[in-house]
Amino acid sequence: MNIIVCIKQVPETTEVRINPETNTLIREGVKSIINPFDMYAIEEAVRLKEKFGGKVTVLTMGPPQAEAALREAISMGADDGVLVCDRAFAGSDTWATSYTLSGAIRKLGEFDLILCGKQASDGDTAQVGPGISAHLDIPQVTYVKKIEEVKEKSMRVERMLEEGYEVIETPLPAVLTVVKEINEPRIPSLKGMMRAKQAKIATLAQKDLGLDPQQLGLSGSPTQVVKIFTPPQRTGGEILKGEIPEIAERLAELLRSEIP
Amino acid sequence: MPIQIIIEKCTGCSLCVKACPFDAIRVMDKKALIDLNKCNLCGACVPACKFKAVLLEKPQNAAAHSAEELKSYKGIWVFIEQKKGKVQPVAYELLGKAQELARSLHCQVSGVFIGHDLQDQLDELIWHGADTVYLVEAPELANFQDEPYTNVIVELIRKYKPEIFLCGATAIGRSLISRVAIQIKTGLTADCTALDIDPERKILLQTRPAFGGNIMATIISPNYRPQMATVRHKVMQPMQPDKHRKGKVIRESFDPALYGSRTKLLDIIEEVESLVNLAEADIIVSGGRGMGGPENFKLLEELAHVLGAAVGSSRAAVDAGWMPYSHQVGQTGRTVAPKVYIACGISGQIQHLVGMQSSKIIIAINKDPDAPIFKVATYGIVGDLFQIVPALTKKFKEVLRK
Repeated sequence: MNIIVCIKQVPETTEVRINPETNTLIREGVKSIINPFDMYAIEEAVRLKEKFGGKVTVLTMGPPQAEAALREAISMGADDGVLVCDRAFAGSDTWATSYTLSGAIRKLGEFDLILCGKQASDGDTAQVGPGISAHLDIPQVTYVKKIEEVKEKSMRVERMLEEGYEVIETPLPAVLTVVKEINEPRIPSLKGMMRAKQAKIATLAQKDLGLDPQQLGLSGSPTQVVKIFTPPQRTGGEILKGEIPEIAERLAELLRSEIP
Repeated sequence: MPIQIIIEKCTGCSLCVKACPFDAIRVMDKKALIDLNKCNLCGACVPACKFKAVLLEKPQNAAAHSAEELKSYKGIWVFIEQKKGKVQPVAYELLGKAQELARSLHCQVSGVFIGHDLQDQLDELIWHGADTVYLVEAPELANFQDEPYTNVIVELIRKYKPEIFLCGATAIGRSLISRVAIQIKTGLTADCTALDIDPERKILLQTRPAFGGNIMATIISPNYRPQMATVRHKVMQPMQPDKHRKGKVIRESFDPALYGSRTKLLDIIEEVESLVNLAEADIIVSGGRGMGGPENFKLLEELAHVLGAAVGSSRAAVDAGWMPYSHQVGQTGRTVAPKVYIACGISGQIQHLVGMQSSKIIIAINKDPDAPIFKVATYGIVGDLFQIVPALTKKFKEVLRK
C-alpha cells in the first residue's frame, strides 16, 4: 500500500503567549513541531505499512526549515520525505495550499491512500484535507477514528460525529483525515532517528509541479487577512467563599438566569 | 516582490513588528525590514501600519470575478444541516445572523435544505428567518454524504449566485463546505465567531480565532463569490420564531447521477452514553485529573442531569481512560462555548483553556488556589470537589423544582 501523509510544521501553540503589556504575541523560544493531529496520521500510515507492506511518503509545504518535520516523521517510520517549497507558494490560503499539495501528489505518482490530521493547530481550518481530495477528485472521509478493515481496493472506516459515529466504506485511493482517537503515536526509535538524520529529502518547487502560476500563493488565494488582533483576555473573577451550603446557595442565585 | 516597505513613509515605529505573526520584521536604522524567508505574505502588517508604509500587492488573478460579475451575486444563503430529517440548532442560529447581515445588505435570506421527506420543517425555517427555502429531496440524499451534497450545493450556487454562504462549523459542515469552496473556486473562512458587513465595501468581514484562540483574525474574500464561512455553534443567536412570517419554497431536483456517492454510508451509530451533545450544550460539567478515577464521574453526571448539561472531560482524564475521547474538551478534543462551563478538578492547562475559554460563564472548582483555571473563571470555588459537587447538585435540584 502506497500512502502519502500530508503534514504541517506549526508553532507549539501552548507556548504562543500574549504579552499583556504590549498585547502582542510572545514568540521568543517558540519551538516548531509537527502539527499534533498529523502525528496520528503518520502513526496510522506506518501501522498500515507494517501490516500490509508498501511505502509511506510524508509531504509538507513550507519554508526550508520545515524539513525538520519531515525528518521527525521519518524517525517514526515513514520512508521518504518531500518538501514542497518555493517563494511562489508564500501567502497561500487553504485553496492555494490544497491546490499546490494536490499538484505535488500527482508528481509523486501512484498512491492508494492519503492521510492528513483533521486540522492544523495554528489555523484550525480543517480545510486542506478535503481540499486535496476535491482537487484530485477522489473520495474523502473526514474525522476518521478507526480503520476497521482494509481490502484490496477499499477500506471500511469509522467517522466521528458530534453524537456518535458513521461506518463508511470508501474505494481507494481516498483522502482520510484522522482524529486523536485513532491511535497513540510511537516514540521514535534510535534506529529511526539515525535513519532520519541520513535521509535525503526531496524538494519540489514551482517549476517541478506544472501548475497554473495564477492559482499559487498570494494570487491563487481568494481570502485575505485584513486585521489581526488579540482577543480581550479573560481575567479571574470572584472567588466564592464561605461554608459549602452558602456557596451552593450563592451559585444557584448567580446561575438562575442561565438555566432553562 | 509582492510585499515591500515604502522607505519614505516608514517611521520605524515598529507597529508592524508587533503585528507580524511570523517574526519576519525587524527595525534597522529606524526603518522596517522584512525577512522574506520568514514572511508568509499574510498581510497582518498592512493594516497595523499607521503610515501606509507597507505595500502588499496582490497580483490580479484571471479567475477572480470582475466588478460586474461580483454585482450579479445576491442574497445570503444558509446550509440547513439536518440529521435523520431533523434540523440542527446551528442552522437556526445562522438564519438569525443572516437576517441581521441582510439588513445591512438589503437582501434576502435563503436556506438550502437537502435530504428526504423534509416537508414538516419548512415552516419552522421560514419562521426562523428564511425568506426562501431551496429544497432538494431524494431518497439518496436522506443522510449526509460528502459527494452528493457537494454536487447539489455547487449546482445551486452556480444557478442562483448567492453573495454569502454560511454553514455550521460542525463535523458535517466543515467537511462538506471545504469541498464546495474548492470546486467553486472561492474563499472560505473556517470557524468564525463574528460576522459583519463592511459598511463601505459591503463585503463580509469574517472574524475567527487562530493559534488556539490566542489571536483573532479578520478575513475577507473581496474578489470571489460567494463569500463562504463556517460558524461555530452557540455563537450566533436564533431569531424569536415568528409564525406570521411568510416565505417561499423552491423545489429543485437534479440529474440522479449527481446524487451518486463513491463512499458508502453503511451505518450510523449513536453513542447514547451522554444525553446531551457537547457542541450543542448550554451547560457543560467537566472533570479532570482531580476526579481521581472513572467511578467519580458519576458525581458530575448527577449534577449534569439536574442541570440538563453535557459531561465533558480534560485530556488528562481521557488519557487515564476514565472518559471516552468524544468527551474531551481542549486543543486535541472539542472546542466548546456553552453559557456555563463548570470545571471540576481541572487545573487549566493552556491546551484545555483554548477549548473552553469562550464560554460565557466559567465556574472552577479546584482544591489548589493557584490552579491556572482560576485565572479564567468567572466564579471560583477553592475546596474539595467531592463535597462541593454533591452540594451543588442538591441545591440546584431544590431550586429548579420550584
